[in-house]
Amino acid sequence: MNDQLYQDRIVALAKAKTGAGRLEAPTKSARRDNPLCGDRVTIDVKLDGQGRITEIAHQVRGCLLCQASASALSAVAVGRDAAGIAEVRHDAERALGRQAGEAHEPFTAFVPVAAHKSRQECVLLPLEALKDALA
Amino acid sequence: MSFDVAAVRRQFPILSEIIDGRPIHYLDNGASAQTPLAVIDAVRHYETTSRANVLRGVHRLAERATEAYENARAEVATFLGVQPMETVFTGGCTAAINLVAYSYGSLLKPGDRILLSELEHHSNIVPWQLLRTRSGVELDMIPVTDDGRIDLAELPRLLTPKTKLVSLAHVSNVTGALLDVRAVVSAANAVGAKVMLDGAQRAPHGPLDLPSLGIDFYVFAGHKAYGPNGIGVLWGRPELLEAMPPFMGGGSMIGRVTFAETTWAPAPRRFEAGTPAIGPAIGLGAACTWMQRLDWSAAHDHEMALVQRLMDGLQRVDGTHLFGPASLQNRYPVVSFTLDGVHPHDVAQTLDSFGVAVRAGHHCAQPLMDRFDLDGTTRVSMAPYNDNSDIDALLAGVAHAAKTLR
Repeated sequence: MNDQLYQDRIVALAKAKTGAGRLEAPTKSARRDNPLCGDRVTIDVKLDGQGRITEIAHQVRGCLLCQASASALSAVAVGRDAAGIAEVRHDAERALGRQAGEAHEPFTAFVPVAAHKSRQECVLLPLEALKDALA
Repeated sequence: MSFDVAAVRRQFPILSEIIDGRPIHYLDNGASAQTPLAVIDAVRHYETTSRANVLRGVHRLAERATEAYENARAEVATFLGVQPMETVFTGGCTAAINLVAYSYGSLLKPGDRILLSELEHHSNIVPWQLLRTRSGVELDMIPVTDDGRIDLAELPRLLTPKTKLVSLAHVSNVTGALLDVRAVVSAANAVGAKVMLDGAQRAPHGPLDLPSLGIDFYVFAGHKAYGPNGIGVLWGRPELLEAMPPFMGGGSMIGRVTFAETTWAPAPRRFEAGTPAIGPAIGLGAACTWMQRLDWSAAHDHEMALVQRLMDGLQRVDGTHLFGPASLQNRYPVVSFTLDGVHPHDVAQTLDSFGVAVRAGHHCAQPLMDRFDLDGTTRVSMAPYNDNSDIDALLAGVAHAAKTLR
């Protein structure tokens, strides 16, 4: 059985749980819910004096795509400020076919989700939560 | 078993669709059922031979349309065991509940109470919250037992002389539990409260005899009962409908309009402002007649045999948990489950790759999810056209999800 959506890279990202958990004394936190499916993401960050992320953690009550996206995000977030995270968002949007251009690692893993419009919000939810945390 | 499922399946053209080389195993009937040729033909017949507005025109197409529309009302009424003039076409089940919440609700006073349950669909919660904001009524909630039934032992504590309406799911859209209507009506009557049933998940499983239930309002959705989208039904006791003001104003629902004053048409037209969904109503009438002709005793046995096969199969997959009544008594073919370590959406997505359609998530019943501390469940909801191959495909998909996603 070939699951077109759940390819190995997405499953591996989700299972890696990069950044899973909560931070003690985060600089900022935000929680986002997807009212359609009930997924919930909480993101904690610690920031340096220039607003760059020095530590990130996430708690996901959601599906594999949401977990994989939170892992991918955590893997590339450290050292980035809000503008840098906006760039990551563009990468995710490119992987999902919502923006023109090639996505970069690790978001290339989400290219199969381009064909599943109803699941794209699952991928974007951690990015929304982080955007809120940095706002 | 005497039930000829193949003969039923032949009446549903979509069931022979092949997608990506696989047959469809449609087990999302609780969200929307499929529709038989009898319904498709009835709608097509109206659109190709009788399309016109109803009630107003005198030309022959208008006469045909009006006759077909009112005949559909009679078909629905027969299905419910009631009179056509007590049967209101609405935009859907949600629209029907909102109609009662707005119209019957406008007769309530601040401090009056409405009793709901913890397992209600959001459409039987939110309209009452809106009413609470508008008019100061209070809402009470009957808890749910561990096996997913409304806990009627709590009724004496929660019913008070201030309780004006008890509004409950006839069958739960998550656990499949059938409400003990007799117990609810008896307790509600004792304090003078009216009873409304949300029949969205019950109506697709055969004709009803509403007068014997002793209730006051009944609502259901067309698209879950093998009919078209955009149509639903409210049945109300005639004396209640007569006392209720209109929900929406417009054409068709008036007696006489002047700028000084307008009088209302009697029910059901009072509650059908504007041009109704004529084709969908005709389709729903055909769906009710189609249901009327099915042997539901055999169909129910067939459905419950599928439930048993499903429950037995799921219990063989390590880490599955079933929600809802363990027994097949007083339940309908809706089964919710979780799989340890795999989110319900991922189960559903994997099942899709096996050609199996189910629903995953909170099922518009977030208070019930909170009750069991769940993010959601995967829900299998059956119809008489489902067969063993549907269940077996689902079980194969669940086993695959268990093996690959955790």
